[in-house]
Amino acid sequence: MDIENKILEGSPRHLARAISMVENNSPQKEEIIDALYPKTGNALIIGVTGSPGSGKSTLVDKILKNELKKDQKIGVIAVDPSSPFSGGALLGDRIRMQKHSGNPNIFIRSMASRGHLGGISAATSDVTKLLDAAGYNLIIIETIGVGQTEVEIIELADIILLTMAPGMGDDIQAMKAGIMEIGDVFVVNKKDKDGADKVKKELDYVLDIKYHDNPENKNPIKMVSALNNEGIEELMNSVYNYINKLKKQGKWEDKRKTKIKKELKKIFSKKIHELMDIHINYTEKLDDWVKLLMNKEEKPYSLINKELKSFIKESEIL
Amino acid sequence: MSDKKIRILIGKPGLDGHDRGAKYIARALKDAGYEVIYTGLRQTPQSIVNTAIQEDVDFVGLSLLSGAHNSLFPKIVELLKENDAEDIIVFGGGVIPEDDIPNLKKQGVEEIFTPGTPIKDVVDFIESKREKVGK
Repeated sequence: MDIENKILEGSPRHLARAISMVENNSPQKEEIIDALYPKTGNALIIGVTGSPGSGKSTLVDKILKNELKKDQKIGVIAVDPSSPFSGGALLGDRIRMQKHSGNPNIFIRSMASRGHLGGISAATSDVTKLLDAAGYNLIIIETIGVGQTEVEIIELADIILLTMAPGMGDDIQAMKAGIMEIGDVFVVNKKDKDGADKVKKELDYVLDIKYHDNPENKNPIKMVSALNNEGIEELMNSVYNYINKLKKQGKWEDKRKTKIKKELKKIFSKKIHELMDIHINYTEKLDDWVKLLMNKEEKPYSLINKELKSFIKESEIL
Repeated sequence: MSDKKIRILIGKPGLDGHDRGAKYIARALKDAGYEVIYTGLRQTPQSIVNTAIQEDVDFVGLSLLSGAHNSLFPKIVELLKENDAEDIIVFGGGVIPEDDIPNLKKQGVEEIFTPGTPIKDVVDFIESKREKVGK
């Protein structure tokens, strides 16, 4: 199809169109992604995550400024939440990066989460493939402002910058499971503010416990002030050093393999889910099932197992 | 299953530093169920057009209170055309004299909303174009 060639030629208009098709789950989606798939795998994908207001967008803006010196083509995907009420969204991350919008080497796309939980949107993974195939060799994904469990970015990014700012909890917060475990490089932003040193010390303390037996693997912690453009070059140097270390340890390959595995699992279960919906039509049956359970005429596992059995028997797909 | 959403860029071209109106519109359109991107203040026509293309929006809403609408609005329409993006619908709002409106429309600005316009009018305008933008 024509659109794939235009994307490979570097047309921003066609790239943007294809992103919408992927986002809207349009019928051409699978064809486009598969056609471009052989051209993917060249980009470094950096995920930037952290709580709302920790300075993710401002940090991305300054990373863009720093990385542009290296003659790269950079794609940014900035995800913000959709309203659970209207379905609309106010996509505001871009405002902080807008000074780059005239630069032909930068492509910024805002995405709404569209009901997807996990800190990104369902289409984000495919959108990185489009940017990758279009020749963007650095892709930065900014997640929505996250809490403790929105960790899906690990399935997309090669490396994760976890952004923190002073005033957001003590060292016990930092020891909990979830978001604190997924950072590759920890960024203490707003270093000019009171309490920034304390955040760094607490992180040090927690990571020292975690890597007690192998301190050489301890994650870097960098203090920056994104707003004042301080510490960014040093941060990016430590990001690249960290990547080189992973490559030397053979962990880079493993990371990419795990990503592909998770992606295939996701596509597989999504397809099965769609098939089930077509064959059992369970969205429609659901109300009847609820009645059966309310009246205690059925039990949840027995009911579903029974339905599944009849689905397998009746359908010719398995 | 396809899930198409109308996307709208709210832009502030030129050297006008007042964006309460733009923010009000952006928020209200979010509440009406659209995906809204706001550029922030002091944008050049070129950066608004680049943003509209990258974000693949269906509409660009321009807010201007400085009086430069007669040059900036048509400039944006023209740049969209130059970039093969003339299918993006441009509308405007702000302090715009009645006398200027016919000329702006002639130059490709689809609609102008002046101060005091109820948000429902803007939503009705967008809905009236839903089929045209293929959503």
